[in-house]
Amino acid sequence: MTVVFWFAYGMLGIGALLALVRLGTGPSLLDRVVATDTLLVIIAAGLAVHAGLQRDPTVVPVLVVVSLLAFVGSVSVARYIGGMLVASTGDGQDVGLPEAAEEKAARAAEGDR
Amino acid sequence: MSAVEGIGDVVAVVLLLLGAFLCLTAGLGLVRFPDVLTRMHAGTKPQVLGVLAIMVGAAIRLQGWSATWMLLLVAAFQMLTAPVSAHMISRVAYRRRHVRRDRLLVDELHTGGEVRDSVYRGDEPADAPPEQPAEALLQSRREDRADGRTAQPPS
Repeated sequence: MTVVFWFAYGMLGIGALLALVRLGTGPSLLDRVVATDTLLVIIAAGLAVHAGLQRDPTVVPVLVVVSLLAFVGSVSVARYIGGMLVASTGDGQDVGLPEAAEEKAARAAEGDR
Repeated sequence: MSAVEGIGDVVAVVLLLLGAFLCLTAGLGLVRFPDVLTRMHAGTKPQVLGVLAIMVGAAIRLQGWSATWMLLLVAAFQMLTAPVSAHMISRVAYRRRHVRRDRLLVDELHTGGEVRDSVYRGDEPADAPPEQPAEALLQSRREDRADGRTAQPPS
């Protein structure tokens, strides 16, 4: 049983740690939103694993709250980003976003060939 | 307290370990994938299958109807809300150019070739921002004028 404990909490912890890495280094706000969403899901999963392994039903209401919070948070931040201003005069490729710049370079290289 | 007795507990523990493994894969995918959409693909693995597996495992282990119903509520809520939030995040990612459009195999949101489009003016429609905001604004103004709904500005 101790082995099961170590495996479950170890995998959950490493997953949460990697989500935190993405939350810190994510180049855009949307990467951070996705990372936060995943982190909250991993927290809910960890609470449920604790409840299941210890037969301890006191944390089950917390689970409902955490899953509600994940949904409301990600949706509201997505709406907020959707309303942010982009000043663009072309096909949106001149606003300085790295993905758009990469795409422009790739399209130009394809045109040269 | 936390001993494993019988076949049901073995099934429950296996389900809990499966869910924890899916959380690990989500973290790995979040770090290693290159794009918002691919990171979402990795990050939503534990949101549905992982959470369902963990909820079933915990419900088997907990053995009480109140806890079971609450876990069922969490699972149903996750399955209802995961598509909604994924849809909103991916749509905003596409519109704000966090996606390499030339790498997409199917690009159904793209509306046409090189168009000239300018800035949001502050009175764009209150729902989703349109793909070409200036054109949509002009179109809505034309429709308003055709209906005669807007009062003529004092000149």
